[in-house]
Amino acid sequence: MGRIINLDIRHITRIEGHGNIRLNVRDGKIEACHFDIVEAPRFFEAMIRGRHFDEAALITSRICGICSVGHQLASLAATEDAFGLSLSTQEKCLRRLLNAGEYFESHTLHIYFLAIPDFVGAKSVLPLVKTHRDVVVHALKLKKYGHDIGDIIGGRLVHPMASNVQAMTKTPTEKELFSIIGWMQEAKMELMLNVTTLANLSLPDFNRDTEYISLYKPGTYALLEGDIFSSDTGVASYKSYRELTQEYAIPNSTAKRCKHTRDSFMVGALARFNNNYQWLSDNAKSVAERLNLTPKCTNPYKNTLAQYVELIHLADDAIDAAQTLIAMAQPLKVEERIVSPVAGIGIGSIEVPRGILYHEYAYNEKGFIKTANCVIPTGQNGQNIENDMRALVPQIVDKTDEEITLMLEMLVRAYDPCISCSTHLLDVEIIR
Amino acid sequence: MSKPTVAFFDFASCEGCQLSAINLAPQQLLELLEVIDIVEFREALSEKAYHYDITLIEGSITRKSDIPRLQDIRNRSDLVVAFGACAHIGGINALKNFQRPEEYKKAVYPDTPDLFETDIARSIDAFIKVDAFIPGCPIDTDEFVRVVKNIVLGKNPDIPDYPVCVECKQRENVCVYELGLTCLGPVIRAGCGARCPSNGGYCYGCRGTIPEPNIYGQKDVMRQYHLTHDQMMDQFKLFLNHNKEVF
Ligand code: SF4
Ligand code: SF4
Repeated sequence: MGRIINLDIRHITRIEGHGNIRLNVRDGKIEACHFDIVEAPRFFEAMIRGRHFDEAALITSRICGICSVGHQLASLAATEDAFGLSLSTQEKCLRRLLNAGEYFESHTLHIYFLAIPDFVGAKSVLPLVKTHRDVVVHALKLKKYGHDIGDIIGGRLVHPMASNVQAMTKTPTEKELFSIIGWMQEAKMELMLNVTTLANLSLPDFNRDTEYISLYKPGTYALLEGDIFSSDTGVASYKSYRELTQEYAIPNSTAKRCKHTRDSFMVGALARFNNNYQWLSDNAKSVAERLNLTPKCTNPYKNTLAQYVELIHLADDAIDAAQTLIAMAQPLKVEERIVSPVAGIGIGSIEVPRGILYHEYAYNEKGFIKTANCVIPTGQNGQNIENDMRALVPQIVDKTDEEITLMLEMLVRAYDPCISCSTHLLDVEIIR
Repeated sequence: MSKPTVAFFDFASCEGCQLSAINLAPQQLLELLEVIDIVEFREALSEKAYHYDITLIEGSITRKSDIPRLQDIRNRSDLVVAFGACAHIGGINALKNFQRPEEYKKAVYPDTPDLFETDIARSIDAFIKVDAFIPGCPIDTDEFVRVVKNIVLGKNPDIPDYPVCVECKQRENVCVYELGLTCLGPVIRAGCGARCPSNGGYCYGCRGTIPEPNIYGQKDVMRQYHLTHDQMMDQFKLFLNHNKEVF
């Protein structure tokens, strides 16, 4: 006894962005336990004031490279909500495809490049090129499918240029749509064949119940539209998002924090899985079963498994969207965009890979942005990560500093935090 | 001969360029790893090295407190490459340079505007010597692979200095000015394959200007197409903040 743990993990590696963990334990009692985001703040909400509605998605896309499609789709949805525009079936299908592209890129990167190295005791994916070449090749292929879909639908996956208010300025050919179907079928087969890689990971046995928040639209595994569902309080209109996020700034973290009924909640793949499990595709459900993943799952480390399940669902959904498009008259026409600005407020809520993302804009009658508000998933998860750490530390306090550091880093990485969004690696500081 | 060591670092950015750098087909990555040794890549690696042969820096500098880290990286690197628009020309971050700091701070942190340090967003060459750049927001993956190979072989980076219009014409696009849009293609550096005008968009300048761009000519064209001064400036502000001749 009398052991003092003093950990300071600066710039946690293998996460998107810059974050630190500080832990201070004296005689088994936590004196301080913090997860701080130390990214340079970038002021997007200020930068888009005064800009034209056609530029909002182009600019906010740059909030985050890995969620750029999600930021664009949330931005477009906010503008369309403000102007009272509704989308054609063609446009909805194209957005589902572009979104599937981003999930493939993002979830694959997280599962294989950021999370898995921990379980095989590697510092990164690079040594795996020698030791587990087949896994690396498999991962790169999955990621590439995402980028290739992005190229076809959006012009590119990172900061696409074809996605615009009301309609894409580009349409895929029938041949391209068939290629997408082919890739997604291959991806599904590969993912189903490789389930054992994930099923064999020994994830820490740590559970803590929390509030799970996601989009909600009965009948669908809601990603691009819907209301908001909380596992504590049920359904709420997307318009009441401020109520469900309650943002506040804290001193050591440039990303804002959020709370709802409890002092923290979780968004992301696990929250979606818990709330919307019944609407996953059959293939996705059968993979969940093979991974022993059932709702309600309260082990945050299993967020990575939920992402894997989602990839199967996304592949099924992309195939469906592509088939719907193929059934339409070919070649698909670029739809005319007639957008009349309306003064007022619009809200877009989209499930990006890391969780629910909100954009809200107030427009003047000429279609220029007066004010903007973006609420980012990593900011919403911030307090929940800290609460998990507080619950986890007493269970692992007898381990070595190195083991504690690794488990805390793995926990943070499981949330797949994208800190560039929230403003940006992680430093773990353990003070015993 | 041992392979050159390569490191990636980032400052204020969306990290989309690092992401684009690893958007490689399996064969491409394996080939690249034959010629270089990636030793620092915070997003994908948790190892750390001391000295680097080639350092790619993403992001712009927006805080004084980041300058010592930038200089330290410079001191430990043989060659520094500005990686992507933020590092190369200030990028989208520089859009805030057109607003007063009190204004943008208050817009984002209304109750605590002075809680966090921030300053004018600048490209990295404002503070350190830069040996090469890879333009774009985000960078182009093939161009990245090509330039890294150029550098490893001791050649000059093979980056076009003719305008986007040239590539646009090669692709036989209808000029978007004919379609009622405006485009910065005539003064912007090619190399992206005129990606935006080829996908229903217009060039907004993410690769920065060509050497000695004819900005007056560009403004004249935009005037002919009935853009007001403000509309023109709004387009230039997106990525050309660091071109003194524009503003
Ligand atoms: S569309 Fe733009 S890049 Fe293409 S020719 Fe016209 S001005 Fe040049
Ligand atoms: S067309 Fe212009 S804006 Fe688009 S990628 Fe090329 S340089 Fe950037």
